[in-house]
Amino acid sequence: MATVDARGLSCPQLVILARKAIEAGQFPIEVLVDSVTSRENVRRMAEKAGCSVAVNEMGDEFSLTLTRR
Amino acid sequence: MPQRLTRFFASRKGIILAGAVIGIVAPLLQKLGNPKNMGICVACFERDIAGGLGLHRAAVVQYLRPEIPGFVLGAMLAAYLFGEFRARAGSAPIVRLVLGAFAMIGALAFLGCPWRAALRLAGGDLNAILGLAGLAAGIALGVQFLKSGYTLGRAPKTYAAVGWIMPLLMVGLLLLRILAPTFCKDGPIFFSASGPGSLHAPLSIALIAGLLIGFLAQRTRFCTMGSIRDVILMRDTHLLSGFGTLILVAVIVNLIFGHARLGLAGQPVAHSNHLWNFLGMALSGLAFALAGGCPGRQLFLAGEGDGDAAVFVLGMIVGAGFSHNFALAGSPDSVAAGVAKVGGLTPFGQGAVLLGLVVCLLIGFTMREQRKEI
Repeated sequence: MATVDARGLSCPQLVILARKAIEAGQFPIEVLVDSVTSRENVRRMAEKAGCSVAVNEMGDEFSLTLTRR
Repeated sequence: MPQRLTRFFASRKGIILAGAVIGIVAPLLQKLGNPKNMGICVACFERDIAGGLGLHRAAVVQYLRPEIPGFVLGAMLAAYLFGEFRARAGSAPIVRLVLGAFAMIGALAFLGCPWRAALRLAGGDLNAILGLAGLAAGIALGVQFLKSGYTLGRAPKTYAAVGWIMPLLMVGLLLLRILAPTFCKDGPIFFSASGPGSLHAPLSIALIAGLLIGFLAQRTRFCTMGSIRDVILMRDTHLLSGFGTLILVAVIVNLIFGHARLGLAGQPVAHSNHLWNFLGMALSGLAFALAGGCPGRQLFLAGEGDGDAAVFVLGMIVGAGFSHNFALAGSPDSVAAGVAKVGGLTPFGQGAVLLGLVVCLLIGFTMREQRKEI
């Protein structure tokens, strides 16, 4: 289990962080983001990288759980 | 329904739609009065706004372009309708101001931002190839910094009122455009009597076009810089499909309207000084990459509450003031007494572009975070 706190960061930094976590391979990975743009960007990158993405909405923030497909 | 729409706009079809709409609207604005190959140019239009306010006194480029407020307010409308308005600010604003100013100085050396580079290419102006190559080179440099940990830091959430400041400034600009007051003898608001600043589409059409593009671009995250950056950084062609569609559609519409003329020399509001076309846009590309968005994207972000993007926009307007007051902007190719003269940069302009590159490199090298191992 790894956690990437990308709240407050903008693209592409948060996508780079999430991708590094995927490369490190400690699944499941939790990515915390605070905008819809960030959520969609991480989702697109992760799905392309072969992960399943589950989104949990927490107020105006999102927690994405990435697992290996 | 909003969720389905959000997924659509976030999809490849969504970004292609945004690119296509811009590719149609820009040549249309040109047909309705905007300058040649300048249906939309974020840098040029902000430069015209700086001129309209009297922040520079280049008499041929002064007009309060309604497209720019349209971009910000359209994005704001979209952000509110879809619950995405989120006020945040405080990620190294002074750096963003400096990046914005140098991005503008680079863009005005080339005579256009990435949007106009695309539209110039679509109009047959082959100098745009040098500009786009420079843009890509600058962005590639920026990507190296991003890979090595460059970041301007997190932007904390803040009061909604902070996010409203830029949209309200834009409403103010619109009011000044509509009321066109004269503040003192020979004083602002300035309207160019000749030159590119005197050429414009009707106010209402320009504003509606701006609102439409602002709305679509906010939904789809359209970004010209991002489209090249994402390909270099992670082989992701999502945004590029939007930018590519823009160029393709604009070519077709230009051909229909008879706007296109292929060549290098004597292109409208352009110079064929290859080195400085390349280096000017390289500076812009690097500054956009370090700031996280092209000039259009910065306006859309400002509309959805990003106070740092708003500072970048103000930086661009300040940069436009310096650019024209200090004779840094490129001069177009011209014909004097029947002899064609290649335009380009003054020594001051060349120095400013080089200084900008040095400053951006320093920003890239000195603002890197040591990453904690994940």
